[in-house]
Amino acid sequence: MTRDRAVLVLEDGSRFEGNAWGARGETLGEVVFSTGMTGYQETLTDPSYAGQIVVMTAPHIGNTGMNDDDPESRRIWVDGFVVRDPARRPSNFRSTRSLDEDLASDGIVSISGVDTRAITLILREAGVMRGGIFSGSGIDLDSEELLDKVRTAPDMKGKNLSDQVSVNEMRVVPAVGASLGRLAVIDLGVKESTLHHLAARGFDVHVLPSSASYEDVMSLDPVALFYSNGPGDPSASDHHVSLLKSALGDRLPFFGICFGNQLLGRALGFDTYKLKYGHRGINQPVVDRTTGKVEITAQNHGFAVDAPREGVVESPAGFGKVQVSHVSLNDDVVEGLTALDIPAFSVQYHPEAAAGPHDSTYLFDRFRDLVQGEMTTTSKGGR
Amino acid sequence: MPKRDDINSVLVIGSGPIVIGQAAEFDYSGTQACRVLREEGIRVILVNSNPATIMTDPGFADQTYVEPITTPVLEAIIAKEKPDAILPTLGGQTALNAAMALHTEGILQKYGVELIGASFEAIQRGEDRQIFKDLVLEAGADVARSHIATTVQDAITFAEDLGYPLVIRPSYTMGGLGSGFAHDQEELVRMVTDGLHQSPTTEVLLEESILGWKEYELELMRDSADNTVVVCSIENVDPVGVHTGDSITVAPALTLTDREYQRLRDIGIQIIRLVGVDTGGCNIQFAIEPTTGRVIVIEMNPRVSRSSALASKATGFPIAKIAAKLALGYRLDEIPNDITRVTPASFEPTLDYVVVKVPRFAFEKFPLADRTLTTTMKSVGEAMALGRNFSQALNKALRSLEQRGAPFTGGSSRGARRNWWRFPVFLRMVEL
Repeated sequence: MTRDRAVLVLEDGSRFEGNAWGARGETLGEVVFSTGMTGYQETLTDPSYAGQIVVMTAPHIGNTGMNDDDPESRRIWVDGFVVRDPARRPSNFRSTRSLDEDLASDGIVSISGVDTRAITLILREAGVMRGGIFSGSGIDLDSEELLDKVRTAPDMKGKNLSDQVSVNEMRVVPAVGASLGRLAVIDLGVKESTLHHLAARGFDVHVLPSSASYEDVMSLDPVALFYSNGPGDPSASDHHVSLLKSALGDRLPFFGICFGNQLLGRALGFDTYKLKYGHRGINQPVVDRTTGKVEITAQNHGFAVDAPREGVVESPAGFGKVQVSHVSLNDDVVEGLTALDIPAFSVQYHPEAAAGPHDSTYLFDRFRDLVQGEMTTTSKGGR
Repeated sequence: MPKRDDINSVLVIGSGPIVIGQAAEFDYSGTQACRVLREEGIRVILVNSNPATIMTDPGFADQTYVEPITTPVLEAIIAKEKPDAILPTLGGQTALNAAMALHTEGILQKYGVELIGASFEAIQRGEDRQIFKDLVLEAGADVARSHIATTVQDAITFAEDLGYPLVIRPSYTMGGLGSGFAHDQEELVRMVTDGLHQSPTTEVLLEESILGWKEYELELMRDSADNTVVVCSIENVDPVGVHTGDSITVAPALTLTDREYQRLRDIGIQIIRLVGVDTGGCNIQFAIEPTTGRVIVIEMNPRVSRSSALASKATGFPIAKIAAKLALGYRLDEIPNDITRVTPASFEPTLDYVVVKVPRFAFEKFPLADRTLTTTMKSVGEAMALGRNFSQALNKALRSLEQRGAPFTGGSSRGARRNWWRFPVFLRMVEL
C-alpha cells in the first residue's frame, strides 16, 4: 500500500505525522478536541465548528458511516478532522456512504492514524491553539515553513464567523400542529434539530440571515426571538447585541442557546471571555439552580459569559434583575442566564442535543410557556 | 440531600458460593459497599455463606456471619443484630432473592427493617417479566412478543402462536439457568419441564426469537433526586443467542450513531424511573435488529450486576461504591469523582480507549459438556483488557486468557488455527 502521508502541525511546534484522509491539501484553524463517543456526523455538520480543526478523543470514528437523516446543516463545517482509527467499513443499518467519502466531497482535509491522546494532552495543558493539517501537495514545504503558516494564521479571538455559516435568504419551517405565531430565528449557525424542536412546540419558525436588522425581524410581526448557536467570538458580534437590546427593550420574548447565551450576556451588560480549553463533548454535567436537577448536556463553546454566580444581580445595561440559572458542575462556568424582569433566558449548552443526551429538551417547553405567558399578559402578539 | 441520619446499622447480604454466572464480581462489589458504609460510620453486619471471599476477611464488617443465606438464618441474624436497613443490591441475584423472601414472609415488617438501594416493589417490577414488559411498553419502548406458561400444556399452545424457534426463560433465576432455545415441540417439552422445576415461582416465559440481533447493555445510576447518569454502554460482539457472560463484549458501544445511542439512553432512564430503582445502579439489556433498527428491551437487573463490575473497571466509575453511598441518601452531585477528585460523580464517563472482555471457558475440565454457546452461561471466568483501539484491546484480552491457541499470534500454523475452532469463542473470532 502506498502511504499517503499527512501532518498535523500545532502552533507550539509539535508535529504529528499520520495518514491523509478525506480531502488532500492544506487547512488552518483552531485545534480543539471533542470527547463525544457518538455523533461524529452531527459534530461535523454543526456550524459552530466552523474555523476549527476537531480532534476526536474517541479512537474509532466512522463506524456508523454517514446517513441522510442525521446532518445538522447542509454541509460539513469543521475545517479539519483528526482521528486515530477511521473505520475501514461502516456497520450500521442507516449508513448510506462512508465518512471518508463525505469528507473528501466536502473538501475537508483530515488526518488519521495520529496519537489523538497526545494531542489532547497538549491542548489540555496549553489550551486550544492554532494548527494546520497538510497533505498531498500541501506537505511539500519543509517543517519550518509549515509551522510558519500555522503561526501566521488568524486567531479565533475577535473573529466573526456567523456570517459565513448563516443562510443567505429567509427560510421557513412551519409549526407542527396549531401555530402560536411566528418565531424569528437569527441564524448564527443554527442546527436542524433546534429548528425541529422549535417547530414542534408550535412556532412558525422563520430563519433569518445573520445580517438581518431589527426592522427585518419586526416586519415578521414575531411572537418571539431566538438566537442560535454559532462559531466565533461574541465580542465581534456587536450588530447582534444591539439588535437583541432593541428586542429586549420592546419586551419581545427571547431564548438563546450557546452563542445566543453569550450575546444575551453581552446585551444585558456582562462581558464574555475565552475559555482556556472550552467545553466540547456530550457528557457535561450542568446544574439547574432553580430545581437543583443535574442535566448531562451537550456542549460546544470556547467562550463564556462573565457574570456573578451567586444571587440576583442588576443588569449593568439596565434590563432589571438577572440570575445565573445554570452552572457547570465541572468548573463553575456560567451555563445559563435568566432575566427576571423581562421575558428572556438563555443557556450555554445545547438543549437540542444532537449529538448528545436529551436531558434538556424541557427548555424548549419553558420557552413556549414563556411566550404563551407573554401573549396572555400583553396585547402584543395576540394574532 | 445529604446522608440520611436514620440509618445507623446495615445488613449486607453477600452472594454466597461462587458458581457460573455469579462469581467474584459480587465479592468485589460487596467489599466496596462494606468499606463505604464503614467509612460513613455505619455499623455493618455481613452475611455470606462463602468464607473464601475478601468481604468476610476480618475488618470489613463490624459483625460477620458465615452462615447459609436462607430465610430462617437471616431472620435469626436480624433478630439478634436489629439492623436499620438491608442493602441487597450488591450481592448478586442470591442477595436479591433472599431479600425478596424476607419481605414476602413478613420478616422485614416484623423487625422494622428497610430495604435500601431498591425497594421490594422495584425488585419485583424489574424481575417479574410480565410486570417488566408492561413497564417497558409504558416507557415507549418495545419488547419481544411473549407468553408466560405455568404448565407444559400452556407452553405447547403458546408455541403455536409464536412459532419456532422460541426462547424459554424461567423467572427469578440467574446466569440464564434453565433457559435456552427450543426448535421443536420435543425440545420445548423437555426445556419447559426443566424450567418450571427451576423457577421458584414455577413460571417460564416463552418468547419470540430475537436470535442474531445486535445486543447492547447500558449501566445506569440514579439518585434520590432523580438524577440519572449512564455510566457505560457495552456492545456484545456475539449476537443475541449467546449469553452476555459468554460473549465477547466491548465498551463503549462502537456501532451506534448518536441518535440510536440516545434512544437507548432515553429508554433506559425511563425504565429505571418506572421500575423505581430509587438509588443505585441497574443494568439494562437491549437487542437491535441489524437491518431495521427495531429496538427491544431484553431485561433489566435492578442491582449491581456482572456487567457493572466490567463497567466500573472500564470507566473508573466505582459503581458499587457509589451505589452504597446513594443508598445512604447522598446525591450524585454530592459525591466526588474518584478520578478527577474535583468534579462530581454526576457525569457520564467518556473514554478515549476501548475495553474488551473475553470469556474464559474450561471445557477441558468438562469433556462431555456441550461446547456450543447458548443463552445459558458456560464460561467460568473472563479477562478484560484496555487498549487504544479495538484490535489492541482484543489481543490483550485474548492473551490474558493464558490459554493455548487463544491469541492471534503471528504466523500461526494451520494446526494452531484449526485448534481455535474447537472453542466456540475462537470460532466466532475467526468468522469475523
